[in-house]
Amino acid sequence: MTTTPEVATSAPTTFLPTYDEDAAPPQPRGSLGRPTPDELFVRAGSWVAGLGLAWLVTQRLLPMPGIAWFLIAWFVLGIVVTAVTTLMTGTVVEMKDRVAGAVITGAALLVGAALVSVVSYVAIKGWRPVTHLNFFSSDMAGVGPRDAFTAGGVKHAIVGSLIEIGIAVAITLPLGVGTAIFMTEVGGKFARLVRTIVEAMTALPSIVAGLFIYTVWIVALGNPRSGFAAALALSVMMLPIIARASDVVLRVVPGGLREASLALGASRWRTVWHVVLPTARPGLATALILGIARGVGETSPVLLTSGAAGFLVANPFEGAMNSLPLFVYTNVRSGDPTAIQRAYGAAFVLLALVLVLFIVARLLARPKKEGGRSRGSFLTLISRSTRSTS
Amino acid sequence: MFEQGARAVGASVLVITGGVGLFLGWQAYPTIKRYGFDFFTESQWAPDIDVLGIAAVLVGTISVATVAMIIAFPLSLLTALYISEYAPARIKPTLVSLVDLMAAVPSVVYGLWGALLIMPHAADFAIWLDRNFGWIPFFDVQGGNPDSATPALARYGFSAFCAGIAVAMMVMPMACAVMRQVFSQTPPGEKEAALALGATRWGVIRSVVIPFGRGGIIGGTMLGLGRAMGETIAVVLIISPAFEIKPRVLEAGGNTVSSLIAGRFGDASKSQLSALLAAGLVLFIITLVVNTLAAIIVNRSRSGADTD
Repeated sequence: MTTTPEVATSAPTTFLPTYDEDAAPPQPRGSLGRPTPDELFVRAGSWVAGLGLAWLVTQRLLPMPGIAWFLIAWFVLGIVVTAVTTLMTGTVVEMKDRVAGAVITGAALLVGAALVSVVSYVAIKGWRPVTHLNFFSSDMAGVGPRDAFTAGGVKHAIVGSLIEIGIAVAITLPLGVGTAIFMTEVGGKFARLVRTIVEAMTALPSIVAGLFIYTVWIVALGNPRSGFAAALALSVMMLPIIARASDVVLRVVPGGLREASLALGASRWRTVWHVVLPTARPGLATALILGIARGVGETSPVLLTSGAAGFLVANPFEGAMNSLPLFVYTNVRSGDPTAIQRAYGAAFVLLALVLVLFIVARLLARPKKEGGRSRGSFLTLISRSTRSTS
Repeated sequence: MFEQGARAVGASVLVITGGVGLFLGWQAYPTIKRYGFDFFTESQWAPDIDVLGIAAVLVGTISVATVAMIIAFPLSLLTALYISEYAPARIKPTLVSLVDLMAAVPSVVYGLWGALLIMPHAADFAIWLDRNFGWIPFFDVQGGNPDSATPALARYGFSAFCAGIAVAMMVMPMACAVMRQVFSQTPPGEKEAALALGATRWGVIRSVVIPFGRGGIIGGTMLGLGRAMGETIAVVLIISPAFEIKPRVLEAGGNTVSSLIAGRFGDASKSQLSALLAAGLVLFIITLVVNTLAAIIVNRSRSGADTD
């Protein structure tokens, strides 16, 4: 009776807990958003431990020389240490989460490193010839493969590439966009057939496109190898790509716009010219420029059809014409160190050209500020196929 | 008027593109008729003694494409998962552009990179594989001795394996873009539901994102495979031509249909040209089937997702 606590005897009132600022919480709360310092230490510390272990394993215990083995060992051991340290405090579920996160991030880093290594390798190997101004202003006429970089250049290849791709665009742009208009605006059974064939032809390997032109234009019709033949080969390759990409772009133009224009009394032609095409312009420009970027770097059709001249040829109908990818290819195959270095220089120029085209395409495709729809990646644009129009 | 004009353009494009396919078939017919089924089983390409066949180059094409996909598939899947699930929202558009940029890099540049930067390291790796896993028939290298002090690069480089690495770099961005696109369409409600049930990030990926994107994963991989089989210049720059049915991917020498065409078109007579066109037709039919299957799978996964 004497031990009865006061609480029990008094009336049941509400017990108000007081918050003691200084008292430690009974157990550390898991944070929802941010990792705790403890967690951060476990994460970073595991990788530091992995680094040390990798050094121990590759440099001291096993004969695994070279930076590559060291990095592989660091990655594997880092994951192992992460798994062990996570298991010390957490559960198997958390361990799987950490390991998966590390593997996924590691793979993405590897891909990024590969891209960086491609670009920087070409830049490091090719900067020396590029620094000489004559690399852009003169051709290889009268220049031997072993001559110093102060003589000779790739002007003929740059001009040839631009002429060939220019002709190819002049052929494929009207035909490709025209076909896309036919497929989206006219429709019908025949349009479905055209769409099926065009989509099938995007699978045509580029070398087969080149072989086709080589057989028809050069062997059967007896024309010489020329820039025009190369442009034809590029056109055969690019036409399905551009037609399909334009088709996808035109299909996302809202039908209401078309109907509004037709309701105002415009003819179908005026509707297409003044409403559909302007609405789709950024998308069309992106499709075209990325098609160009693909075509300008394509070597195999050009290899079969154009022939590699060492001097400037401005007339696409007469004589062999060089282009940047072909210049790179022939110089690498020649095996001469100076020629190979020149090839790197040309590859550097080609890469820069593709990069510029790519940036222009990105800028054009940028959504308008006032609530424009964000466009997806171009690759998914061209790989997306028969989607129902409804 | 408008309709007629558009129809005419469509018809002309149909004639051009369809004409390529028909022309290939028409030109290839004499070869198929002449050599019959032997064309597919003969491995030698010796026009001088009138023995032509594409068995070796077909096997070579498949082994280069297989190596490329074994490398490209996990990398593209993991990179697509990183971009869609792990990357901070701020850098996501940049990463998407970078993947597109990788796809736009000219194949001759990847060929240079593969032939001159990667090949020595790949040969080292091939020696290591041969030493430790040489008992697996695929990793065996005939005539190579991995334990000698200086194993010959000539036996271990210039192989389908080295070519496959360069081709993998080319097809990886394409497969990755398709996968990322499908992953990004995962219904956010289902992802949030999984999170609310206590799933970790990996749990969400395994139970929601990957099942939802399965069609995209398969389709993207097959699109990449179609591209890998048609690749020419990187293979020509790396592989040393050999006409031999050779599933031993680490061994030097090999050939693919496209590199056969690139190597032999120049000195080809009329009948050899027909044979090359037949080889091109076979390649085209294979890539066509692969791409069509990929398109069907990707589309089916999308339309199915709407009804669920």
